[in-house]
Amino acid sequence: MSMSVIIILILISVLVATGFLIAFFWAVKSGQYEDTYSPSVRILFGDKKPQKKEEDETTKD
Amino acid sequence: MQKVLSDIDSKLDLKCFHCGDVCPNNEISMEEKHFCCLGCKTVFEILDENGLCDYYDLEQNPGISLKNKDFEDKFDFLGNEKIIQKLLDFSSKDRNKIRFTIPSIHCSSCIWLLENLDRLKCGVLKAKVNFVKKELFIDFNPSVLSLQELVETISSLGYEPEITLEAYQNSKQKKESGSIYLKMGVAGFTFGNIMLLSFPEYFGLDVLDPYIAAFFPWIILTLAIPVFLYCGSDYFLSAYRGLRSGFVSIDVPIALGITALFIESFYQVVSGTGQGYFDSLAELLFFLLIGKWFQSKTYQNLSFERDYKSYFPLATTVIRDNNQEIIPVNEIEVGDRVKIKNNELVPGDARLLSEEASIDYSFVTGESLPDSHAKGDYIYAGGRNIGPVIELVTEKEVSQSYLTQLWNNEAFSSDQKSGAQLLINRVSKYFTVIILAIAVIASLVWWWLDPGKSVLVFTSTLIVACPCALALSVPFTWGATMRVLGRNGLYLRNAEVIEKLSGIDSIVLDKTGTLTEPQLQSVRFVGEKLTEIEEDLVSALAVNSNHPLSRTLVNFLGNRTVPSISEYKEFEGKGMEGRVNGNQVRMGSSKFIEDIQLNTELQSSRVYLNIDGLTKGYFEISNRYRSGLDQLIQDLKRRFKLYLLSGDNEAEKERLGDIFESQDDLLFNQLPDEKLKFVKKLQGFGLKVLMVGDGLNDAGALKQANTGIAITEDIAHFTPASDAILDSSKFIVLDRFMNLSRQSMNVVIASFTISFLYNFIGLAFAVTGNLTPVFAAILMPISSISVVLFTTVSIGFLARKNNL
Repeated sequence: MSMSVIIILILISVLVATGFLIAFFWAVKSGQYEDTYSPSVRILFGDKKPQKKEEDETTKD
Repeated sequence: MQKVLSDIDSKLDLKCFHCGDVCPNNEISMEEKHFCCLGCKTVFEILDENGLCDYYDLEQNPGISLKNKDFEDKFDFLGNEKIIQKLLDFSSKDRNKIRFTIPSIHCSSCIWLLENLDRLKCGVLKAKVNFVKKELFIDFNPSVLSLQELVETISSLGYEPEITLEAYQNSKQKKESGSIYLKMGVAGFTFGNIMLLSFPEYFGLDVLDPYIAAFFPWIILTLAIPVFLYCGSDYFLSAYRGLRSGFVSIDVPIALGITALFIESFYQVVSGTGQGYFDSLAELLFFLLIGKWFQSKTYQNLSFERDYKSYFPLATTVIRDNNQEIIPVNEIEVGDRVKIKNNELVPGDARLLSEEASIDYSFVTGESLPDSHAKGDYIYAGGRNIGPVIELVTEKEVSQSYLTQLWNNEAFSSDQKSGAQLLINRVSKYFTVIILAIAVIASLVWWWLDPGKSVLVFTSTLIVACPCALALSVPFTWGATMRVLGRNGLYLRNAEVIEKLSGIDSIVLDKTGTLTEPQLQSVRFVGEKLTEIEEDLVSALAVNSNHPLSRTLVNFLGNRTVPSISEYKEFEGKGMEGRVNGNQVRMGSSKFIEDIQLNTELQSSRVYLNIDGLTKGYFEISNRYRSGLDQLIQDLKRRFKLYLLSGDNEAEKERLGDIFESQDDLLFNQLPDEKLKFVKKLQGFGLKVLMVGDGLNDAGALKQANTGIAITEDIAHFTPASDAILDSSKFIVLDRFMNLSRQSMNVVIASFTISFLYNFIGLAFAVTGNLTPVFAAILMPISSISVVLFTTVSIGFLARKNNL
């Protein structure tokens, strides 16, 4: 009966895989596959923002 | 524009800091940066003031030229509450959401600037760009910023959004779901897991004790149910839809195959006799979905469905009871007095109330030179007013106008895209019948030999005959061909267009804008040769006018330092005069210069010149044919019947006759619905017609033809509804596109043969009752992958052979 642990292992592995499947669903639903170009550019903008913007943000919230 | 200028004068390399166009002189500059026009400088100033000059660091000269753009009061209609509500996606007291389509989005600087709009304009809450679709999503606070102000701000930066009647009428579009991705994800996930769980079975491992081994099939079954029901749903639906409209699509044998797979495997698991073919089922659907995705990945930012609504303005100014109001164009009634400003379109057929007007019908006919009209003239919808404000009285509603009537033709209502004609569906009819016959005969024979195996043979025949490789041949061949064509400037609406292209035997060409280059005109001076100084005088005068002919002349004369001008006067639709260096210079129509009325058609492309009361001669401006046209026509003539349909007069008949080597198939003075009827007549003779055109006047013929290709100078611009959009600079390689599509049809047929071979091998095992799950799990991927490899490699080879 020592082999029966394999059933638990399999169930866990399927569960983990399902977790990734759900993550994939979320990615599709949130529109990540609709525009594959702008995020690659947008990431380069972040550190270039001048100070004015930061002041605005602190006063806004 | 840029191209024309640089052709003429390449020695000048002073480029506009904002848009990269060549600067005509170095007068407009700021902080050692040069600009080509005041518009570009203004944008720079706005960005500079707001600390947004990072815009220029991301890309070189990212800006959009604002030359000849004028939107003073253009967006006044956005003050109308009813229109605002229709355009907004969401509205509340302090947050409105709206989506704009902005064709001029073209680089990362654009994304950066538009997404930092909140720093430029107070009231913008959030801005996000979808680059692929060229869309901008904006949240703004309506109590701080009105929609009109917002649109004006964006436009003043060069990002003028498209706000058209079409968008207005179906603004609440269904949001595209990524369901193909989800299905692929589910199929891939289950395929992998089922295969892992099937390993003990594949290798016949007996190490597991029976208690645990019995557990495996049940997990597999649980995993397989969503694949069958969710991922397979499209195939059941489409098979059903096809059958209902009377044809057996390729989805029928697929649906049969996966149903047989599921039932047989389900029975095996429940009865405890095995674990079935669930791995093959998931694998099959996974591959099929990849094929579907590969084929359907089309050009999201292009629209192939446009009709006149995309060209027409959303609203116009109407004078009712001495009050001006702005109303949506589809509410205009017969007898309304409308006011049309410079650069606005006439929405419905109307009669001119103002003394005179100059109307540019380039949207309708493709002809770039404006017509002049006098009071009482009938003006057709779709004409663009060039010059001061005019008033008209509407004679027909928008939907009943001369041009828009074209869309009431049955060609637009009948849906010819049923798919029954496609090769794959013609093949699948016979395929399905033969497979069903084999399955029935085999199971009857087994009923006689061994009744217990009869059902198994029946299902396994259907399983192994499931035309996975067959169904993949088409999407991968056409998907690959479509990519090659797209890379070369021909954008197809969908992959099926390739099959239609391959069957074409006659081609109908439009003249203006298709055979000719609308931007490039050849200019010739008839008369005594002008001196340098005289040319300077002409340039000095012409540079002041916005008339297309004047602009052509300025381009023709090239960059020069022009003397200053005084007493400049422009006579709308007639000509202009001014004093340059003490010389009285007059230019314009023959009537204006010499008071002689010539044939109006000839007159429109001639500009007479008079210096100090002496007529020097005239500039003759004519369309220039695309270079390489002769060669293209000769190549096409070898394999296709060629026709020319032009809305223009016969002035060019002889010149075209030389190119076409005969004048018989050249038709002139064709009205939009005559073009449609001509195409229909050809089809009546059993010809498969390809129509190539550009203007709205070709829209009917494009729709009626078996394949319609709309040609455009700028892919982001409007084109009439068509099967494909062709970048005009690639028009001259049309014959290579035709070659490639014909050859890719041969590739499809070859890969059909390969997949039939696999089916034959599989069937041999199935009818003899020897089909095992392992064998099925190996045969399916091998056949699929080999077909995919064969098609993509062949298309790559053919593309290179055709220099594409």
